[in-house]
Amino acid sequence: MSPFFIITGIVTLLGAAFAMSLRNLVHCVLAMAVAFSGIAALYLQLDAQFVGFAEILVYVGAIAILIVFAILLTRSGKAPEKSVLTSGAWTSVILIPVFFGVLAWAILHSSAVPKDLPPAPVATVKNVGDALMTKFVLPLEIIGLVLTAAMIGAVIIALKEDSQKPKSEDGGQQ
Amino acid sequence: MFDQLDQIFVTLKHLVMGFVPAAWQPLVSALIAIVLILVVFPTLFALVTVIERKGLGRMQNRYGPNRVGIPFTKIRLCGFGQFIPDGIKSLTKEDIVPRAADKVVHFLAPVVMMVPVMLAYAVLPFGKNMSITDYDAGLLFFFAVGGAVELSVFMAGWSSRNKYSLLGAMRAIAQMVSYEIPLILSAVTVVMVVGSLNLNAIIAHQNHYTFGIAHWHVFTPWGLVGFILFFIASLAESNRTPFDLPEAESEIIAGYFTEYSGFKFALFFLGEYLGMFAIIGLGITLFLGGWTSPVSFLTWIPSYVWFFTKLMAIVFVFIWIRATLPRLRMDQLMNFTWKFMLPLALINILVAGIWHYMAADWQRWLVCSAIIFGAYAILGRGLMQNQNFGKRIYRYAE
Repeated sequence: MSPFFIITGIVTLLGAAFAMSLRNLVHCVLAMAVAFSGIAALYLQLDAQFVGFAEILVYVGAIAILIVFAILLTRSGKAPEKSVLTSGAWTSVILIPVFFGVLAWAILHSSAVPKDLPPAPVATVKNVGDALMTKFVLPLEIIGLVLTAAMIGAVIIALKEDSQKPKSEDGGQQ
Repeated sequence: MFDQLDQIFVTLKHLVMGFVPAAWQPLVSALIAIVLILVVFPTLFALVTVIERKGLGRMQNRYGPNRVGIPFTKIRLCGFGQFIPDGIKSLTKEDIVPRAADKVVHFLAPVVMMVPVMLAYAVLPFGKNMSITDYDAGLLFFFAVGGAVELSVFMAGWSSRNKYSLLGAMRAIAQMVSYEIPLILSAVTVVMVVGSLNLNAIIAHQNHYTFGIAHWHVFTPWGLVGFILFFIASLAESNRTPFDLPEAESEIIAGYFTEYSGFKFALFFLGEYLGMFAIIGLGITLFLGGWTSPVSFLTWIPSYVWFFTKLMAIVFVFIWIRATLPRLRMDQLMNFTWKFMLPLALINILVAGIWHYMAADWQRWLVCSAIIFGAYAILGRGLMQNQNFGKRIYRYAE
């Protein structure tokens, strides 16, 4: 285990732990963003550049911002009065290691997991692109179609609302 | 001789590396690169603040800073020493943190802003053999770290517990998220045609000459549209006029950094300009041939000179636009990106595909230009619908 792995691992775990245990929701989101960045750093250490950058682009750049927007639009900006941590934080300190232990035991003793690992595959961006364009071309096309349709649909919904809106009384030549 | 001048920094670095034991070489190499970025781009920032103030002054028929030169001498340098007292001022000012502010997040926000902005320079090729890292997915790296800027903007706006800050942050995030889509989609065309996410490969693809003129992507129909879309989106991403709603000083004081003073304010200022340089650098790399020369008889000029010349030329256009255009309204801003830029960027991707698969003769120029022009006309008309632009009638101020 390299020191880089240990540092990023600790940062990721701390971020994840704080994301669950802090009382202020915005702090939780920021801690979660730290955890996401840590996971991206772990991917990069495994030479998986594409996945690592996509992790940052999607999770830190989009998901975290989406959650932040959801919080801002639904809650008032009042700061919580009581303690920094949630009330259930300390029970989780006991529960999580037990849960982790059970899972680790199950995975290590499972017959589905190969015991002797195959050599690490080389996953350059070119490999990922080739795989997406040959083996996984149908899922890629479907996802692309769905996302483009969603984007154009959002624009069309916005267009409709604009034309139905009654024209305002003032402002410019009507 | 010109080749040596072109590679002088690379040679110098190899010379330095010769004195370092092999085990330390990766670390020292990274350190040299980091120090160079930390010196060159903040210096450029300092100069650009003066150029911007003087340029704005000139365009608005006033002088701008023209007094401060080298301290303790009578040399004025046309006012180009102005950034020194500006810097000292921001360093010595009191650092005020509002009592209600979320202290930790408030402190971290400017720091978090600098990290992605600085990281973005890691993949930009400043000259021939002069990019710091050569990631296969360099373009993806750039956009990935760019996305993290939004988080720092939100941290600044939210932690200040000030309605103007929060409004500014909401505006900034809405704007950045919206304009990121045409930004990335316009860059996708380049990736499609080049077939690589590596920025050096993208430049190598443009480094050919026909009749002495370079094969820059901007000289093709899809490249021209892509560059214009990228340019507009990068104006919005770096919060410059006419997209400076997040810090609209006449409406919400200073937006998300209203509650920042002293050096933290200077950090936001620095971060914004460094982000602007980085995104201009990416635009140059994608569409304007990076460090290559536009015509073949000027290839003897060192590559880094070309890069920084192009950078400063676009910075000048940014300043020019700032002096010329008024600020957009929020609904105009959103309409423009979602109803005009996004469809045009999608059509541009289609056009890039057609361009790639048609035979290289005049017909593809005709077909691609026709599609783009038709799309532009229809979309433009759609955007202008129900807007009733005309002579303005003043009802209450006759």
